[in-house]
Amino acid sequence: MPQKIKVALLGSPNTGKTSVFNILTKLNQKVGNYPGITVEKKEGTWILNRQFKAKVFDFPGCYSLNANSIDESIVIETLLNKNDPDHPDVAIVVADVENLKRSLLFFTQIKGLKIPAILAINMADRMKKKGIEIDLDRLEKELNTKVVLLSARRNTGFDQLKQVLLNHQQIPNKEIFDISKIDSNYFSNLKKLFPKESIYRLWLLITQEANFTKLKRKRVTDTSDFQTLSTASLKKLQQKETIQRYVLINQVLKKTFTVNPLKASSFGATLDRILLHKVFGYIIFFGILMLIFESIYDFSSIPMDFIDESFSQLSHWIYSHLPSGNLTNLVAEGLIPGIGGVVIFVPQIAILYFFLALLEESGYMSRVIFLMDRGLRKFGLSGKSVIPLVSGTACAIPAVMATRNIENWRERLITILVTPFTTCAARLPVYAILIALVIPDKGSYQSLTLMGLYLVGFGAALFTAWVLHKSFVGDKKSFFVIEMPSYKMPLLKDVLYTVWEKTRTFIVEAGKIILAISIILWVLATNGPGQNFKLAEEMITNQYSSDQTIDLEAHIQAYKLENSYIGLIGRSIEPAIAPLGFDWKIGIALLSSFAAREVFVGTLATIYSVDSEKQETIKIKMTNEKRADGTPLFTLATGLSLMLFYAFALQCMSTVAIVKKETKTWKWPIIQLFSMTFLAYVISLSVFQLMQ
Amino acid sequence: MISLDLLKKKQSAVIDQFKIEKLPLKLIEMGCLPGNEITLLQRAPFKDPIYLKVDQSYLAIRRETAKNIFVRLKS
Repeated sequence: MPQKIKVALLGSPNTGKTSVFNILTKLNQKVGNYPGITVEKKEGTWILNRQFKAKVFDFPGCYSLNANSIDESIVIETLLNKNDPDHPDVAIVVADVENLKRSLLFFTQIKGLKIPAILAINMADRMKKKGIEIDLDRLEKELNTKVVLLSARRNTGFDQLKQVLLNHQQIPNKEIFDISKIDSNYFSNLKKLFPKESIYRLWLLITQEANFTKLKRKRVTDTSDFQTLSTASLKKLQQKETIQRYVLINQVLKKTFTVNPLKASSFGATLDRILLHKVFGYIIFFGILMLIFESIYDFSSIPMDFIDESFSQLSHWIYSHLPSGNLTNLVAEGLIPGIGGVVIFVPQIAILYFFLALLEESGYMSRVIFLMDRGLRKFGLSGKSVIPLVSGTACAIPAVMATRNIENWRERLITILVTPFTTCAARLPVYAILIALVIPDKGSYQSLTLMGLYLVGFGAALFTAWVLHKSFVGDKKSFFVIEMPSYKMPLLKDVLYTVWEKTRTFIVEAGKIILAISIILWVLATNGPGQNFKLAEEMITNQYSSDQTIDLEAHIQAYKLENSYIGLIGRSIEPAIAPLGFDWKIGIALLSSFAAREVFVGTLATIYSVDSEKQETIKIKMTNEKRADGTPLFTLATGLSLMLFYAFALQCMSTVAIVKKETKTWKWPIIQLFSMTFLAYVISLSVFQLMQ
Repeated sequence: MISLDLLKKKQSAVIDQFKIEKLPLKLIEMGCLPGNEITLLQRAPFKDPIYLKVDQSYLAIRRETAKNIFVRLKS
């Protein structure tokens, strides 16, 4: 058995840390969550040689050990707690060669924890172009560590990093910054009180508690009471600490780092002039958004039709090749259409995540934030709300999590509350099928309708934000600091990996719910209480015994479905939804899609395949669906009413759960659920009644 | 000495002092400290937020934050 070394990969955002992680682990990774919170936890294995392998933890990016967000807080908690299973034996701090100074701030803090820390200077391939020279030997001596030059882009330096890691025991474990010099009185008192503790660890614990959240003290120290200062004076000390650290870092870099200022100015500045232009900047951004939505619709239709067709064929094949019986029915009518309802998403979600990853990795997203901040502030949002609102077009769950970057709670809360209005990928299959049903396939009516639905989503988000902004009282002042990273050509491998990772997570998570619901639905649809269900065959046969022209089998099936459990549920809510143009079958689909919107199509697929034994695709079945008076069910009015209902209603249990987690109360998700559903009802009602 | 938000586009200055209690720690961590050179690269439409180069960092802050930072123009 090879010996395991636990390695923490640390670094600020935009240092290329994730690219480094992808190379180290050769994409052999596991992604999970930290218990109880939704911070992504990534770990992977790096084979060093026959005797040693490294378990690498890719920690969330952070600028320093002074926590500002849940993500940063997790890093601190893990690093402080020696008993944590993830507590590292050695840390690799990834730095950006063009902004070494700031990475060193974080590095000196890690050093203070007395964890052996290796400095990995990434993007070394840019040194020549930028005229940067580093005296590595000297830097190693000054920082009391090993320094490795890396380039994730060119895949260089990794062998050397491996050698350094294998010899990590030789890395001196000594801090290079003495925290006690920022206030000798305060710290010598602390030392007297806790002679056995590391002063810097105590200091982190104290400031973390004052600024952020209560840590479980017991995990870090056995003593549960120690003296603290007021939050304001702690903050002053932290600022003093940061300034002092920079004094030290500047001294170090003066001796070891030179940059030719003539070469430093760059192509990025020109790009900024265009992309941040007060007119072109916005035109380009909206152009990009249009391109993304166009591509989602255009490129996904062929694979989606293919998936739809294949699953239908599969059901058919199962019917004809497996012995008939309940199990076969469950598979062919419940499971396969249910799974098909998930898989059909893959093309759209993958395309969306592909573009989002490109925007993020290239550095363009920060420019969008910069452009949009002023405008969004009028709605009580922040420029940083752009990321949640745009990623909301993929899925509200990562979008709500992405609000963590917003410093101000008021802006963050408003963003969380309005993000579910943006058109998420789960709405797309619902829209896709309804658009195909009720919007004529002429010119670009269909893609314009989809575009319109996206605009309705964004519009609803902005309008609601504005209403909340005007009605909330409280702290309107806010901080806003955002890094504008240099432009980089995204690494295709990293982008594709992100796409794969996100799509897979989505399918697994959504798939579980959809699968469970399709099975429940199938059982409810194939069983029923009372005589009406059991004696369906007899009753219908008797009723139509004299009439030879009708399709007896279809009538029996329809009668059975109407009297099944699900039929009874559907019909009991029909009076409430009939004014919106929906019948009881749509009612069932609506009810079941309160768990997750994408269930809509799967539910209809399940209900309609129970309805008839003919193997047709769901679209044809829906076209043939009639009301009691013989008119088609899916008219333009019904279709629009249904689409708008999906545009406004919060039909997603996972969103409710994530909002509860992020706001730490049930109050907001419940308000959100009821008000969005109410809004959806009123709007669908008005649209249907006006168009009738 | 003027407050940072009054810098003209492309103008450089040196940070002289700031109202420490009104600034987030993150700004200081990003290199916004007295003595460092600061250049205003660009302003968003309606002059807010502003895009800065401080030391080696490129960052954007809002005008209300910039009002708490005072700079000395380079002669």
